[in-house]
Amino acid sequence: MGIRILKGGMLTTVQDLGRTGYQSQGFGVSGVMDVRSFRIANLLLDNPENEAVLEFTLIGPTLEFTATSIIAITGGDFQPTINGEPAPMYTAIYMKKGDILKFGSARTGTRGYVAFSGYLGIPVVMGSRCTNLKSHLGGFKGRKLEAGDYINFRIKRPYLPFFLSRTLDLDEFDQEEATLRVVMGPQEDRFSKQGIKTFLNSEYVVTSDFDRMGCRLDGPFIAPKETSDIISDGIVFGSIQVPSHGKPIILLADRQTTGGYAKIATVASVDIPKLVQRKTDHRIRFQAISVQEAQKLYMDEVKELDRMRKKIHQPCREVLECRLAAKRITRLFTS
Amino acid sequence: MQNIKIVAAGDSSLLIEFGNEINEEINRKITTIVQLMRDQQIEGVVDVIPAFCSLLINYDPRIVSFEKMQRRMHALVKMDLKGGAGRKRIFEIPVCYGGEYGPDIGTIASHGGLTEKEVIEIHSSRDYLIYMLGFLPGFCYLGGLDERIHTPRLANPRVKINAGSVGIGGSQTGIYPLDSPGGWQLMGMTPVKTYDPSREVPILLEAGDYIRFVPVDEAEYRRIKDLVERGEYQCIIHEGEM
Repeated sequence: MGIRILKGGMLTTVQDLGRTGYQSQGFGVSGVMDVRSFRIANLLLDNPENEAVLEFTLIGPTLEFTATSIIAITGGDFQPTINGEPAPMYTAIYMKKGDILKFGSARTGTRGYVAFSGYLGIPVVMGSRCTNLKSHLGGFKGRKLEAGDYINFRIKRPYLPFFLSRTLDLDEFDQEEATLRVVMGPQEDRFSKQGIKTFLNSEYVVTSDFDRMGCRLDGPFIAPKETSDIISDGIVFGSIQVPSHGKPIILLADRQTTGGYAKIATVASVDIPKLVQRKTDHRIRFQAISVQEAQKLYMDEVKELDRMRKKIHQPCREVLECRLAAKRITRLFTS
Repeated sequence: MQNIKIVAAGDSSLLIEFGNEINEEINRKITTIVQLMRDQQIEGVVDVIPAFCSLLINYDPRIVSFEKMQRRMHALVKMDLKGGAGRKRIFEIPVCYGGEYGPDIGTIASHGGLTEKEVIEIHSSRDYLIYMLGFLPGFCYLGGLDERIHTPRLANPRVKINAGSVGIGGSQTGIYPLDSPGGWQLMGMTPVKTYDPSREVPILLEAGDYIRFVPVDEAEYRRIKDLVERGEYQCIIHEGEM
């Protein structure tokens, strides 16, 4: 018993934190694009931190539940409804057999996530449940989900303690511009002083060339010293490569393992969600920070997530607010 | 190799640059360090990407900071300054050259002013070091292709090249591990699967191994292909000291 896909949406895939440990053999990592939204979705359900979720892009899927489960929806606002009624986000929701969860198009952001307390029945391939679309590996048959697909739950877990406390503040996804903090390098020395100045002081625009593999930006020419071709080396999530056309390309979840263009900088991990949730024509700026600062930001977010975990494990304030509580409890009993 | 640089690649990775050239000595050193890292199971390391003359290391900043990781890698790099004192594995890759198996062998021959027979002889007469894997699962970047058979890529790439195709693209030669679009000049096919997701070890070859192409006729190609399909084929591997 699990979920049946009634509509696949534009690009709905099973993802987790990615398939690491095999990059030396040429396997890309893949995994979720927005790690923060992914972590919050699993956190709301006390799932293991790397439990697989569904990630959807621009137009979300429609799912029918054939078993009871608790779910959490995070990321951009895809106007989710349950049996036609608006569904809350960043909140644990009780789903019953026969319920229809429908996502529309992204009102804010570009990527949405839904996690399940019953855990998706997807086999682990080389240490991960994530879908690698290019290699047709992992996830649901190595491909995006389509109408008619069916995924079982691995366990029954229809109950979570402190159920009414399991709600968090929504992240904002409606900004049309973002400043991405970056750690310069590893090949900033391949660019002229003027090139680096241009990179750090200009506004770039997200083009339509933006998918799970990478995001091409348009804007002022970033000049290399001689050539931006290098002897191919490893690429990471958030590498900003600048080929000879002088426009940055930011490499994302479905990046190749290696590439032959100089990388001027790398986006701080905590700021990657700001980029992957933007849309075509949104504006991007870059701000250089040290690797120490970037690691501090990383640890700050870890602490923030810990605070969220604590918050949802305390008795609920709302129990005193009878109407809100009644509304949520009602869903447990009506069918 | 005095100019080894260890720099940050964001907040969760660092890059060790061993120089800026493709040569066997540097590449062997990288292979040795990767082996050392696997043996030592360094705390916090998530993954490694060895390349021609660099090694990228992904680590978990929750477990280890950049400075600490940088210090550990400096120590590791110093530990083995000779490099390459490991075992050497040469994999025999049977190839059926020419005909429908290698439709571009005529192009390669005429580009180099050679006969098809000479092209096969030249291609199969030396061992190729696998510098790195990348681009596709199991795709090997090989060094050392004889200049006489360097051939430009196709002006119009093919939409689909079958897994097992052996080709030349510019100064490189290699094997397509899975069906893929591509622009290389195709000279033959191997029945050996360098990538097989259903196999316990999906990837046959590793950076640091060598490949020796061995010409086989069509009958032998079919015989080996049958064995491969049944999962009974054992690749011939020569082992020795560096």
